[in-house]
Amino acid sequence: MADSKETQDLISQEINAEGQSAEESEYSLNDDRRVRTLSPTALVIKRFLRNRVAVTGLVILAFMFVFSFIGGLISPYREDQLFYRNDEQNKQWAAVTENKELRYITGDQEFPSVARAKLVLALKGTEPTFESDGVTYRYEKVSDELIEVFVDGESEPIALATYDTVSNSTSNEKLPFGLQRAILEAVAKDQKSFSHEGKNYTVDEGGTVLDGDTEVAYASRYVVQAIMPDVFLSRTFKEELVEAIEGGSTQFTFTDEDGTTADYALSYDASKSTWSVLQSTSTRVFDTYAEPSAAHWLGTDRNGMDMLTRLMYGGRVSLYIGFIVVFIETAIGVIMGGISGYCGGWVDNLIMRLVDVFYCIPSMPIIIILGATMDAMRVDPQIRMLYLMLLLGFLGWAGIARLVRGQILSLREQEFMTAAEATGIRASRRIFRHLIPNVIPQLIVTMTMSLGSTIITEATLSFLGLGVKFPFASWGNIINDVNDTYVLTNYWFIWIPAGVCLLATVLAFNLVGDGLRDAFDPKMKR
Amino acid sequence: MKKYILKRVLISCVILVFVAFIIYVLMRSLPTSYLEQVARAKAQQPGSKSYEEWMAQLSATYGMDKGIIPGFISWCGRAIRGDFGDSWRWTVPVTEKFKDAVWISFIMGAIAFFFEIIIALPLGIFAATKQYTKTDYIITLVALACFSLPTFFFASLLKLVFCVHLGWFDLGGLIGRNYEYLSPMGQFFDKAHHLVLPIVTLVVISIGSLMRYTRTNMLEVLNADYIRTARAKGLSENKVIYHHAFRNTLIPLVTMLGGSLPGLFAGALITETLYSIPGIGYVSYQSMVAGDIPFSMFYLVFMAILTLLGNLISDILYAVVDPRVRIA
Repeated sequence: MADSKETQDLISQEINAEGQSAEESEYSLNDDRRVRTLSPTALVIKRFLRNRVAVTGLVILAFMFVFSFIGGLISPYREDQLFYRNDEQNKQWAAVTENKELRYITGDQEFPSVARAKLVLALKGTEPTFESDGVTYRYEKVSDELIEVFVDGESEPIALATYDTVSNSTSNEKLPFGLQRAILEAVAKDQKSFSHEGKNYTVDEGGTVLDGDTEVAYASRYVVQAIMPDVFLSRTFKEELVEAIEGGSTQFTFTDEDGTTADYALSYDASKSTWSVLQSTSTRVFDTYAEPSAAHWLGTDRNGMDMLTRLMYGGRVSLYIGFIVVFIETAIGVIMGGISGYCGGWVDNLIMRLVDVFYCIPSMPIIIILGATMDAMRVDPQIRMLYLMLLLGFLGWAGIARLVRGQILSLREQEFMTAAEATGIRASRRIFRHLIPNVIPQLIVTMTMSLGSTIITEATLSFLGLGVKFPFASWGNIINDVNDTYVLTNYWFIWIPAGVCLLATVLAFNLVGDGLRDAFDPKMKR
Repeated sequence: MKKYILKRVLISCVILVFVAFIIYVLMRSLPTSYLEQVARAKAQQPGSKSYEEWMAQLSATYGMDKGIIPGFISWCGRAIRGDFGDSWRWTVPVTEKFKDAVWISFIMGAIAFFFEIIIALPLGIFAATKQYTKTDYIITLVALACFSLPTFFFASLLKLVFCVHLGWFDLGGLIGRNYEYLSPMGQFFDKAHHLVLPIVTLVVISIGSLMRYTRTNMLEVLNADYIRTARAKGLSENKVIYHHAFRNTLIPLVTMLGGSLPGLFAGALITETLYSIPGIGYVSYQSMVAGDIPFSMFYLVFMAILTLLGNLISDILYAVVDPRVRIA
């Protein structure tokens, strides 16, 4: 009804406008060709486009669609692509201890710790023997640094107490006791050479023991131990390391025989009187919470995925869910409302009570409960998304049914319906050709508005961790990271863009809905 | 009038029974493995009963051993007497926990409601009287923006600005760290201080729709014939707007606001959760996430009652405020 009046207004406007142009003057005043008639749809579009705010909303929406649906295709990354970075980490590599206490080297026989303590006491006295656990021991001082311990009466020592240690130069294997003893004796007596089991060895100033030209072992005051059991520390490494420590430096660089250079950091632990040798190695870790850069315009998220790409795919999910839910709502709502409005009577009464019931069901808590249950049952994220859409749609149709019913009730009584009935056309044709098209304007407005609110609902659920789940992105679950206060404080690029997208989209839907309402019904202009 | 109210109340009761039934069926159809899980978890608590005993007890308590209809009837019987069972999450009777939590929600909601009204009504009326001016566009746009703002995003922004950068408020909670050492007056102010941000959030989020509603209704009234008559009589514009138009705008407004009064007890689920305010919203969120069926059941039915009550109040108020309805 309103449309026809508006059409007339527009026609007269256009007559005025075109009457002024010279080309049109050839038509006579009442020539039909002078008048451009517009269909009601064209009028609605025209009125809509005149509304600048609504067009802004439309532009934002168009941008969001391009961003979500095309952006995902253009983006060089996948939704769930992980990024890594090399992280410099100081790993414990070796420990160096300067030997300030006696260390005990034993052969096949035991030298129990009680006996060791007795030895220390005996060393302070003058008696060359001591007793422990019923066994009498005898010790012999080779030098201040080396003491040999014998079981009384035997000629071969069972243990050596020494400040120097002997290390195998070729492997991590322990040297035989006899050889160790021979080396230590040689070092203690400052001998340049010695023989052991028929072999001749030479000892140089640094304590290196050579079998001919090959190095077999060395004796040192420092104990250098690798932290990892599979690492063999070479003699040169140890020597240079000890040098560096004695020089008091905190940095140490070593180039091995193959020419590879590694940097080490030295730190002294006073409580254990040990130097820790830390090797800085680079480890591949997930590139989490990286700052925005040329490669990642909005940085990366908690899992090391590109934020911008996630945002695009998140938009896709949010919009998909919005549309599907609204579609379900509308389908159920139109059918129920249509039946109710057209049939009237007890059917109407029944459906309206059903609508009342659905109006009362608190949907948010129900979805939260079901979400928590699905959490407990570990439902697959994809199926979960489907359930979420069905649930939201199924719980939200009551409003649309009420709207459709109201419209149909009022339209049913109007003259054009009486006319349609009088022409004797089928009932189905009356409904679908004459009733439903007249409901569509209100329906479109409501649908646009509820798209916005559905997106908010979905985002809220995802934010609470009960909606769309990882690995899928949605604007809500991207913002979810804010629950971690550290992210809230330090990583704005994680959650602000998603929030802005969400706000812009919902606002745009509402603006467009508002504009459409005005365009459909100019009399009620806001 | 009496008959009308009586009829409405009776219909509401019937609807409530149906809603409760749907909720009950929903709770019942939660997979049984879930109940087993709860029983298992409870059996593992130190000094607890065995799994079988828990299972039997839980089934008996929630009528799981009966069919759906007898179970619902027995639940209804107990609910009418005010016995909603013991909460699993809080290990106290449901109603007790509810009584603890509801007041803080109500206070928060009432203050927010007050601010909403004193901000949204004048702005909406102002926008309507200045239709198509820049002020109108700005107010409408702001209203729409508030209306479109996701609660959790806005709350996070507020936290970032006021808690992290300015440090004016705590990030969450109702009481500060040294609450125990404060004087009663100090304790009061401490709580008030913690409620500022949640209330701001609530007000901003809900202000938009009220503003739009006021504006639309005011515009409708301003287009009415009696306003034209009033203007034609030569009344001052102030008199026309605040005497003739505003009073008529109040009809739908009072109806709507009256209808939203019961909602003050419902708590703000999202806002309370975000700020960890132990009101009914946050408490029931925790219960629901923890799978606390007795409390959830109670909360859902409570929400349904509030909605029905709201509808009832707004219908009755409509009849009270607008005499034209009563005749019809």
